[in-house]
Amino acid sequence: MIEIRELKKSFNGKVVLDGVNLDIKRGEISVIIGRSGEGKSVLIKHIIGLLKPDSGRILLDGKDITTMSEKEFREVLKRFGMLFQGAALFDSMTVEENVGFALREHTDLPDSTIRKIVKEKLKRVGLEGVESMMPADLSGGMKKRVGLARAIAMDPEIVLFDEPTTGLDPIMSDSIADLMLDTQRALKTTYVVITHDINLTYKIADMVAMLHQGRIIEKGTVEEMKANPNPILRQFLEGRAEGPIKVF
Amino acid sequence: MREFFERLGLMAEKAVVTTGQIIIMLFQAVYYLFLPPFKFRNMFKQMEFVGVRSLFVVVLTGSFTGMVLAMQGYNALKRFGAESLVGPTVALSMARELGPVLTGLMVTGRAGSAMATELGTMRVTEQIDALYTMAINPVKYLVTPRIVAGVLMLPVLAIITDFVGVLGGYFVGVKLLGINPGVYIGRTIDFVSVNDIFYGLTKSAVFGLIITLISSFQGYHASGGAEGVGRAATSAVVLSCVLILVSDYFLTSIMF
Ligand SMILES: Nc1ncnc2c1ncn2[C@@H]1O[C@H](COP(=O)(O)OP(=O)(O)OP(=O)(O)O)[C@@H](O)[C@H]1O
Ligand SMILES: [Mg+2]
Repeated sequence: MIEIRELKKSFNGKVVLDGVNLDIKRGEISVIIGRSGEGKSVLIKHIIGLLKPDSGRILLDGKDITTMSEKEFREVLKRFGMLFQGAALFDSMTVEENVGFALREHTDLPDSTIRKIVKEKLKRVGLEGVESMMPADLSGGMKKRVGLARAIAMDPEIVLFDEPTTGLDPIMSDSIADLMLDTQRALKTTYVVITHDINLTYKIADMVAMLHQGRIIEKGTVEEMKANPNPILRQFLEGRAEGPIKVF
Repeated sequence: MREFFERLGLMAEKAVVTTGQIIIMLFQAVYYLFLPPFKFRNMFKQMEFVGVRSLFVVVLTGSFTGMVLAMQGYNALKRFGAESLVGPTVALSMARELGPVLTGLMVTGRAGSAMATELGTMRVTEQIDALYTMAINPVKYLVTPRIVAGVLMLPVLAIITDFVGVLGGYFVGVKLLGINPGVYIGRTIDFVSVNDIFYGLTKSAVFGLIITLISSFQGYHASGGAEGVGRAATSAVVLSCVLILVSDYFLTSIMF
């Protein structure tokens, strides 16, 4: 449903994306892996229009979103949800107000209904009784969960995840992975996940793509990727310092 | 030498670009003000923040300034035997000049820096991006209400400053220095016109725009973590203060 074609982006002459080509299928979890600083966040920000490409296209159901008018794109955005790397909760609002924010802004639902939806979404990410807490008082794992609840509050068709497990302990990471699977399977939502967490990738991915030096160098199912002999991919998946990717 | 001019050129270019960006932000903020849906909750929240919570500092600075003016005015006017003019001197200085400028500077220090910090933090923690991804226009949601609050609340604060300044002047002039209260009040009413007050209020509305626009802009475009947020707050305060004083001169010469 999303087709990325020859996407290029440089910052101050530094090439970050150098012709990315990728297809994201409806109802699947697509995981894009790559090293820190390879431009994963930059790529996901293009998909949701936070950054404009230097060249290339991003087609959503066949329509190029990079050239849409602001008004048209605002309607497109309502089909998206996003979980940011640092959760990006509004820190002047309670958890309840955060999760219910888009509902209050975009719908005329009565407050009691919104409260019920918020409660239900929070329950789905394993949180109860935290509605009146402020984001500053939450642990990293709880923030990510609240961020996930907020991202799915409007039942979006597509949810983007920027490093959902970074900075969490392995157990919390695994429980986030479970939550993602639960929420995705329930509604057959399209998930696009960006991460360098290999365990998460193996657990949730329907499709894996590796971003390296501004391009997608390999893609396939988890099984295909595990069997792929590309030395760069092998080095990344096995987490070795020595190999074709030079650290220093 | 060449390097010097190159650097000068770059600085000038940056100043022009930034000015352009600030003006664009102003146009956007005004455009979204008239574009539905209208949400007044944020506006009232900002009005409370800019107005109500600046009240204390403004009353404090206003009353002491009025008191000092009366004392200095008395000292100077006594030399011409014109002590009876202390009242209008205080009132005119407050209404035309010090009321608006003092409130402007105090609100910059209090609310301007806080706005830049708040928006800057929202920028570097991706909260502004999050707003955008939730199909909320961040300028409409964050900047428009702040500018409206500034333009509406600064004149209110300036009136209050004027009023407590005149009260302070009365206290010093009449109670401490022994000017006849009837003369003090009578002279003030004789010499101060509604125009003087109106003119001061126009100034303060402009200052309100400057403070909120500049502070929002600096915060909105902050980058580089906590340090960047601090930088945004500092430049918001410095730039707002400078622009208040510079525009004060031009507004005064227009409305002279
Ligand atoms: N707005 C920007 N302006 C200038 N350079 C940028 C900008 N955004 C990203 N970059 C640069 O693009 C490169 C890729 O950044 P990006 O944040 O996408 O990395 P990443 O793959 O998400 O890494 P991480 O796993 O650490 O989050 C970095 O070198 C970064 O400095
Ligand atoms: Mg990133």
